[in-house]
Amino acid sequence: MKHLRKRQRAMLLAVALLLVGGATALVLAALGESISFFVTPSEIAQGQIDPEKRFRIGGLVREGSVERRPDGTVRFIVTDTVNEVQVVYRGVLPDLFREGQGVVALGTLDESGVFRASEVLAKHDERYMPREVVDALEQAGVWKDGAEEQR
Amino acid sequence: MIEYGHFALALAFAVALVQGTVPLWGAARGDVLAMRLAPQAAIVQFLLLLFAFATLMHAYIVNDFSVVNVFENSSTLKPLFYKITGVWGNHEGSLVLWVLILALFGAAVAVFGRHLPQRFLARVLAVQGLIGVGFLSFMLFTSNAFLRMDPPPLEGQGLNPLLQDPGIALHPPMLYLGYVGFSTAYSFAMAALLEGRVDPSWARWLRPWVLAAWLFLTLGIAFGSWWAYYELGWGGWWFWDPVENASFMPWLAGTALLHSAIVLEKRNTLKNWTILLAILTFALSLLGTFLVRSGVLTSVHAFATDPARGVYILALLVIAVGGSLLVYAWRAPAMQGGAAFAPISREGALVLNNLLLATACATVLLGTLYPLILEALTGDKISVGPPFFNRTFLPLMVPLMVVLPVGAMMAWKRGDVLGVLQRLKAAVAATLAVIGGYLALVDPRALGAALGFGVAAWVMVGALVEYAERIALFRVPLARSWQRFKGLPRSATAMMLAHLGLGVIILGITGSSAGQVERILVMQAGDTVELAGYQVRFEGVEEVRGPNYVAQRGGFTVFADGRVEAVIHSEKRFYLIERQTTTEAGIKSGILRDLYFVLGDQSGEGWTVRLYYNPLVFWIWGGAGLMAIGGMISLTDRRLRVGAPKPASSRRGLATQGAV
Repeated sequence: MKHLRKRQRAMLLAVALLLVGGATALVLAALGESISFFVTPSEIAQGQIDPEKRFRIGGLVREGSVERRPDGTVRFIVTDTVNEVQVVYRGVLPDLFREGQGVVALGTLDESGVFRASEVLAKHDERYMPREVVDALEQAGVWKDGAEEQR
Repeated sequence: MIEYGHFALALAFAVALVQGTVPLWGAARGDVLAMRLAPQAAIVQFLLLLFAFATLMHAYIVNDFSVVNVFENSSTLKPLFYKITGVWGNHEGSLVLWVLILALFGAAVAVFGRHLPQRFLARVLAVQGLIGVGFLSFMLFTSNAFLRMDPPPLEGQGLNPLLQDPGIALHPPMLYLGYVGFSTAYSFAMAALLEGRVDPSWARWLRPWVLAAWLFLTLGIAFGSWWAYYELGWGGWWFWDPVENASFMPWLAGTALLHSAIVLEKRNTLKNWTILLAILTFALSLLGTFLVRSGVLTSVHAFATDPARGVYILALLVIAVGGSLLVYAWRAPAMQGGAAFAPISREGALVLNNLLLATACATVLLGTLYPLILEALTGDKISVGPPFFNRTFLPLMVPLMVVLPVGAMMAWKRGDVLGVLQRLKAAVAATLAVIGGYLALVDPRALGAALGFGVAAWVMVGALVEYAERIALFRVPLARSWQRFKGLPRSATAMMLAHLGLGVIILGITGSSAGQVERILVMQAGDTVELAGYQVRFEGVEEVRGPNYVAQRGGFTVFADGRVEAVIHSEKRFYLIERQTTTEAGIKSGILRDLYFVLGDQSGEGWTVRLYYNPLVFWIWGGAGLMAIGGMISLTDRRLRVGAPKPASSRRGLATQGAV
């Protein structure tokens, strides 16, 4: 009986270790490819962006920059008030997308410096700015902490 | 009026303080009067909170905008139904619901648990009371929904239009019944640690509570994903969003707990592990509450602008989890493990189930917290997207699904894999046929989809075969099978339905992710476009008025083989008070496919539209429904009736049945 329990415990340990090892391998492999860094328009202007890599940009949609093409694509400019990036997106924009409002887009930068977005996000809750937008504006020096507390 | 509610809330806090301390002292000293206080306090606390909740709801219904919470989240234009559900559509109000449900479970344990040993019951309710103390003080000091403002405004600010929807209206109560329901598992575990004794009867007392919480959480998650599917208009039903993960992690841990409690009940082993799981499941519920309620997810700045809330709830989390783990470390070694079992046995399979679920839960936890931790440590801002979860979570689920039907048919103590596979030959055949058929007839390159359908068939047919074997279907005359069916314990039927539901969910997930067709284009009135074999004609856009919104409504007519298959309307609503736009996707649901059309913005002469063909997506929620029905049936099992006494004769009956 004692012997059996010892073997049982050893088996359990082996299976658990195998699982933890396997899960760790999975996590490390997946993390490398599925995390996306956040970049501000000013950082793009400094030009240290790998054109292959997917990343997210955030900022404000510049007033008057939204242009809808008949083929269903939308072009607009994302700005942190210091630098700007031209964005091209094909699809239906989120409900909270508006000129002059904050926006976050996920995609890649092409050779001509145009950001090709595969996703455009706006948060569920209009009370808050998307945090990436706040961070972008903060870095550009135009955002003061606590300014969003005006509700 | 609202002041009475506020007063009741404060009284409930005082009652919870008494409930959390005196019975503990009584249990330690053997003072019967002090222990008897626990059930009474639990019931009084519930009644007080029910009254407080009613006054808040009353303020919403009569548009009392002098109450800050009502002013910020309601308006006169809102339909009555959403005035009522709006009570929990905001931070403060949802916490009132949270503590109300906590007290409800406390009172339910007090009422249904009368047969539990007095000392044990006193301890359970005391721990329940202490959780109440934590959350009631959180509300009273940082998130009070019962405050007035002066002067009272004439009109409120309205409720986020996304929340003005029947799906999301019912989602929080269900979710909280699940989340908070696991507090009972936690209290039972803490009481058992304090008693220093865990045995099969403890597992039998625990099981209905875990089952009830699990059942509600399953429904809550399903409602939430259904809402996300039709309300957000993104065509998907699960986004691995941190808020979704926050509810999914306790579900994974709770599912593991449900299975390990069975082993403890039947075989008197896995004691420490079951206790630990009970603690961790509720810890994950608390973590979910922290993630959603502290504001760390919406914005690090939201957290920073109101640090009192985040820090308070973080402190609660640390005390509840840290404290219980300390007690665990102190008392658990005293509890010796029970019967030994061979690795290949039903126990072994359930242990593997637990290990896989726990590991999967850990990867979800890691993916959810990693961005927060990394930002706190290095300042780098990253996001972990759905690919991470798909690549870590799904590979861990595959072995679980493969083992499931085998484990469910294995004998306790020592099993025989070959013998079980022999009995499962129908399921093996079905699986191979599905995989082969899909590759040969549908798409020879879609290996992933073929495997997904194969796993679905394996789990579904496996569950049916196991059940058919129990009632000896087709092996004895049908009348005999009917007799056996009537004699089966309900938990056997419940298990079959839950496992069948899981297979159905896999079917829905595989079908909708492998077969989805998406078309984004600009259409003008009268244009016709082809979508997965259907012809879709855009009929143009008209303006319509709702009670508190105006909408642009796009009409679509869907033709199949020249006949009208469906008429679908998609809206873009503008809510007047809230000044917000929402998308109402037009959906034609069916058991084989959903047609899902979204109206976008006007561009030139036409409108941007997004058309989806989502095959089998219905079955994701259908499967969750089957699981929930299974849970309900199991709850009505006579042997498991909440707090039922355990006469010796029925115990003997249990041992011979060998059913789960």
